Amino acid sequence: MSSDLQQLYQQIILDHAKSRHGAGLAEAPAGDRVGESHMLNPTCGDEITLRASVHTSEGAHTVSGLSWEGQGCSISMASASVLHDLAKGMDRDELLKLVDNFREVMRSRGTVEADEEILGDAAAFAGVARYPARVKCAMLAWVALEESLLGAS
Amino acid sequence: MAPLVSTPLTLKHAVTALDNAEVLRIRNDFPILGLQVNGHPLVYLDSGATSQNPVSVLEAEQEFYEQRNAAVHRGAHSLAVEATEVFEAARESVARFVGARSNEIVWTSNATEALNLITYAFSNAGAGRGRAAAERFRLGPGDEIVATEMEHHANLIPWQELAFRTGATFRYIPVDDDGALRLEEAAKVIGPRTKILAFTHASNVLGTINPVETLVGMAREHGAFVVLDACQSVPHLPVDVKALDVDFAAFSGHKMLGPTGIGALYGKAELLNSLPPFLTGGSMITTVTMEQAEYLPAPQRFEAGTQKISQAVALAAAVNYLSETGMDRIHAWEAHLGQRLVAGLEAIEGIRVVGPKTGLERIGLAAFDVDGVHSHDVGQFLDDKGIAVRVGHHCAQPLHRRLGLVSTTRASTYLYNTTDDVDVFLEAVAGVRKFFGAAK
Repeated sequence: MSSDLQQLYQQIILDHAKSRHGAGLAEAPAGDRVGESHMLNPTCGDEITLRASVHTSEGAHTVSGLSWEGQGCSISMASASVLHDLAKGMDRDELLKLVDNFREVMRSRGTVEADEEILGDAAAFAGVARYPARVKCAMLAWVALEESLLGAS
Repeated sequence: MAPLVSTPLTLKHAVTALDNAEVLRIRNDFPILGLQVNGHPLVYLDSGATSQNPVSVLEAEQEFYEQRNAAVHRGAHSLAVEATEVFEAARESVARFVGARSNEIVWTSNATEALNLITYAFSNAGAGRGRAAAERFRLGPGDEIVATEMEHHANLIPWQELAFRTGATFRYIPVDDDGALRLEEAAKVIGPRTKILAFTHASNVLGTINPVETLVGMAREHGAFVVLDACQSVPHLPVDVKALDVDFAAFSGHKMLGPTGIGALYGKAELLNSLPPFLTGGSMITTVTMEQAEYLPAPQRFEAGTQKISQAVALAAAVNYLSETGMDRIHAWEAHLGQRLVAGLEAIEGIRVVGPKTGLERIGLAAFDVDGVHSHDVGQFLDDKGIAVRVGHHCAQPLHRRLGLVSTTRASTYLYNTTDDVDVFLEAVAGVRKFFGAAK
């Protein structure tokens, strides 16, 4: 087993791929704005439907919930699971910045370091950046989140 | 017991197959097979997607550019004459390779373009283009186009679109749980309304070789045209389009040791000469006025614009390579590799091979599902060991859906694969579920 492969499939990713936090579309809290997005990776058929809700109070927009359902490879499923854990309770705009940061790391082919302080568990996906064919897998849920948040705004 | 829809294995075994020693010699002709990938010798098991090129093919293309490059079928200078000669000689070679006459082979960019060409030529006939002889290609409401549930998207979507454009109805022959065509259903689907029957000779996912004679018989009974997707058969089996008695067939250069950017459409001369053209422009006309144009006979009537000249020359080198090796021997060797693949995969816990079971005929490929592990992860794991396979739906989404799957992993062999390649692959696959935590 090469270290690259172990770098790609870190235990945290394999664990998330199995436990799938946030899987199963959940009802949003009453009164919150909800957005939903369906994303498909046509090359492999990976698929996700992601629902995000935003609670607005005193001018602050807080992500109140993120749930999803889908099927796909361990990278895409783990990525959705990790995103669920990160998103809840975050400021909407901060979360969108986080998506940008994640995208930058993913598209960097390994030249941009993942900052664990910022990305938390999502930093474990840094190894994906070295495999351009898998970047879409890692990004699937994140792109769906962007669209969902747009719908919830 | 699944119905046995293809030739029994025993018939094929009468032919002397290649053996590992000969394959090792063959491999020397393929520079890319000497590569190291991710620290391992490359094990290339993705020839169903694209095959590798022997030196003779690479040299043919280079030699053309170094010594004969010129536009064909125009210009009278020496190079132009010579380029035209090798271009047409290439057509002759490829035609002979599939049992056709050379005016029955139309160059296209790939098989997809070949299939689209037919559908658009039919459309144009329906729009009133072509002479009276083109009337028989007219489709409309009440007519039916029949394909199968195992088609590659390239032999599916063009027919769906032709049906949408003309008002004809698109229908299909279903497959059973093992991926074999349900012939009893075929007999019901194909009827007096059927105008076109399009099906694949060999499935790029299942490895099944379809019973061409039976299906052609059903189509003929109702006067339907038969279109054969020969992408996975022409590179791997001896194919004689005349013996198969199909009206049209499409195949692709890069799957048969040739370069990308070239494919071919076979059509019976009489049909090609009656069909109105699809792409129009230079080099396909006799007389042009400001009002209209008259067209050359086939194949030129379908070859508008500058052609794929170096690719045609290189493809001819590829068919020469295949012929010299012997298509019957290649077929027998790959059948052997295919059986080894299926038997080996079926012995691994948690693996489901799609298509014919061990002992039933298949071409030298096997697609499979790994319980609890997505095909992309399987492919990534194998790539780490230098093993190249295809993952995903292999451009056959409806077939995967029918089999209850979204995607599979596919290993596909060619004349340059050894039994060691298969064994290295099988050993690696045996470790997949453990790595991903799907097995203890």
